[in-house]
Amino acid sequence: MAPDVATTTPDVDAPFSVMGADGHLLVPDTTDFGEPLDVLTRRLYRDMALARRFDQEAFALQRQGELALWLLCTGQEAAQAGSIRAIRDTDFVFPSYREHTAAIARGVTVAEMLPLWRGTAQSSWSPSDYRFNIYTLVLGTQMLHAVGYAMGVRLDGSDEIVMVYVGDGAMSEGDSSEALNWAATMQAPILFMAQNNGWAISTPNAKQFKAPLHTRARGFGLDSYLVDGNDALAVHLTVREAAARVRAGGAPAFVEAITYRIGGHSTSDDPSRYRDDAELQSWIARDPIARLRRCMELEGLADDAFFDRVAAEAETLAAEIRSVCVALDPVPLSSLFRNTFVTETLALQREREEHEEFQGSFE
Amino acid sequence: MTNLNMAKALNAALRSSLADDPKVLLMGEDIGTLGGVFRVSDGLAKEFGAHRVIDTPISESAIVGTAIGLALRGYRPVCEIQFDGFVYPAFDQIVAHLAKLRGRSGGRLRVPVTIRIPFGGGIKAIEHHSESNEAYFAHTAGLRVVVCSSPGSAYDMLRAAIASDDPVIFYEPKRLYWDKEEVDLAHAPLASVLDAAVVLRAGTDATIVTYGPTTRVALAAANIAQQEGRSLEVIDLRSLSPIDIDLVNASVRKTGRAVVLHEAPTFLGLGAEVAAQISHDCFYSLQAPVQRVGGYNLPYPHSGVEDEYLPDVDRLLDAVDRTFEE
Ligand SMILES: Cc1ncc(C[n+]2csc(CCOP(=O)(O)OP(=O)(O)O)c2C)c(N)n1
Repeated sequence: MAPDVATTTPDVDAPFSVMGADGHLLVPDTTDFGEPLDVLTRRLYRDMALARRFDQEAFALQRQGELALWLLCTGQEAAQAGSIRAIRDTDFVFPSYREHTAAIARGVTVAEMLPLWRGTAQSSWSPSDYRFNIYTLVLGTQMLHAVGYAMGVRLDGSDEIVMVYVGDGAMSEGDSSEALNWAATMQAPILFMAQNNGWAISTPNAKQFKAPLHTRARGFGLDSYLVDGNDALAVHLTVREAAARVRAGGAPAFVEAITYRIGGHSTSDDPSRYRDDAELQSWIARDPIARLRRCMELEGLADDAFFDRVAAEAETLAAEIRSVCVALDPVPLSSLFRNTFVTETLALQREREEHEEFQGSFE
Repeated sequence: MTNLNMAKALNAALRSSLADDPKVLLMGEDIGTLGGVFRVSDGLAKEFGAHRVIDTPISESAIVGTAIGLALRGYRPVCEIQFDGFVYPAFDQIVAHLAKLRGRSGGRLRVPVTIRIPFGGGIKAIEHHSESNEAYFAHTAGLRVVVCSSPGSAYDMLRAAIASDDPVIFYEPKRLYWDKEEVDLAHAPLASVLDAAVVLRAGTDATIVTYGPTTRVALAAANIAQQEGRSLEVIDLRSLSPIDIDLVNASVRKTGRAVVLHEAPTFLGLGAEVAAQISHDCFYSLQAPVQRVGGYNLPYPHSGVEDEYLPDVDRLLDAVDRTFEE
């Protein structure tokens, strides 16, 4: 039996954990993770390790001028892998913009991930291929899209649910409150996955809100959960439980995962201007990947060969990221003329032809 | 005189305004401790306190909505919207309330709110960070809409905007933040800097009407045209609402030719208004139809092709050529 986290989370200071800081299991051996623990932990570990390597390589590429910008998800891998693997592959997901671990786990390819950040295209994957929408940079707006999608799911009588990722800062947007209220009143089959990474650029939680996010959600009538976001197993267990209830027709769910943004907000940010190194170090010590690995080693869930294989796979991925990235050329402007409306309007067609002729006059 | 880049000149204007008037407050996302993502408010929270330089929650509607309330209470809020593409959550507060309170109250209320918006492209940014949305606000009666184009104009205009009793949408061209010039911080800027267009370069053969980031493009084009024997007059509108049409008309009556240039899409952009007014007022002086050069009528594209999207010297000179065609 999974613990009834919905009713065991009123204590703000005690997010639900499955692993201790040193990786030992805090839950009984009989805990039902839905599948053998070695299978689950290996999958989560691989997701997280690949995403970490992705981040490192993309960061390096930005520093070398190959990417215009990159936003690291480093530190948040457990919150993302634990959640994305706890719903069905057929459940539609609305990411914000930092959900690289979730995107990779859903199968989004390197060639589809990088163009937005290299400036060679805007979003590059087809959401229906992965049941994973394109990134949304305008904060909080995707929450309403997700509620609407979930309303459609309900109207269709489908047993899918919808999951939407949101950050602590984005929760201050009016759209966020409207989305929570609508989810509740429309009985939308939706799970809000809030990654509270402590910071919104330079703004800490304390300047963003006074009532904790999960209590706010409860006030709107959602089933609310508070979980240790650096504990992949705790996130997984919580989201699996929450998703099952939503799927069974329960109230919409809100999961607040407490985690930390290890990097700057983006490669343009200088976090030393606003946060303490001591705070950063304390969270580096709580690294979610190292913690899961310790658990796997303690519990004998994987051997060195497994970890070596994942490390080798991560290196292959890094090499692929580099070679794919430098080969990405900009999608031509003409494609934007064609894609702004479903069918290119006569006015845009004329403008495109003029543009092409003008460009051509220099060749 | 002090040599400053535009971000620092804006910073100096905010500092002077905070120092001169205890009712001036700054509000915005990451403007305090961080000093803003472009560092325009750098150091001001430390100097004037977190109660006057307020790091707000991420809620653009609330930033403008509460600024209206503060203004009704006698304060003079200066809001920062972090990027052009993030002003839309505040659209209702700006268009339905900020713009209309004066008129709706029969002239009894004033809402002296300034909204600073870093805007425009050319900095290789990601989506929603390069927009030119000035026409939405210029289309709304009751808002003053102004655009600075240099450190000196930025300093004078921001001080005048904050001192103005009307609401002002204050656009800062991002790609000019790092441009430097000598700025006179000693004089008190005149209120009229908010209304007046400026001739940046005198000429006799054609008039280029522009503002903000494309003033640089126009000046560069005028240099090239000069070498080809054509003398272009360059006008920096500075105010998009109201428009100093008298200055524009005087120039066009002299040159007989006009090209309006901006980054925003041409369709229903400021150029449409300026061209219509010139065509009406200067019909008998015009040697050719007024030309418009702007962004294409597309969402702002990915940065890899933004140079192709943004109107440049070539497209401007091509339009100038068209005004000389028989
Ligand atoms: C409507 C809107 N306003 C402002 C911004 C600028 N902005 C981008 S990310 C960010 C902070 C978001 O913090 P949070 O939601 O906690 O997510 P995190 O970046 O920490 O993952 C801000 C203010 C934006 N993208 N959209």
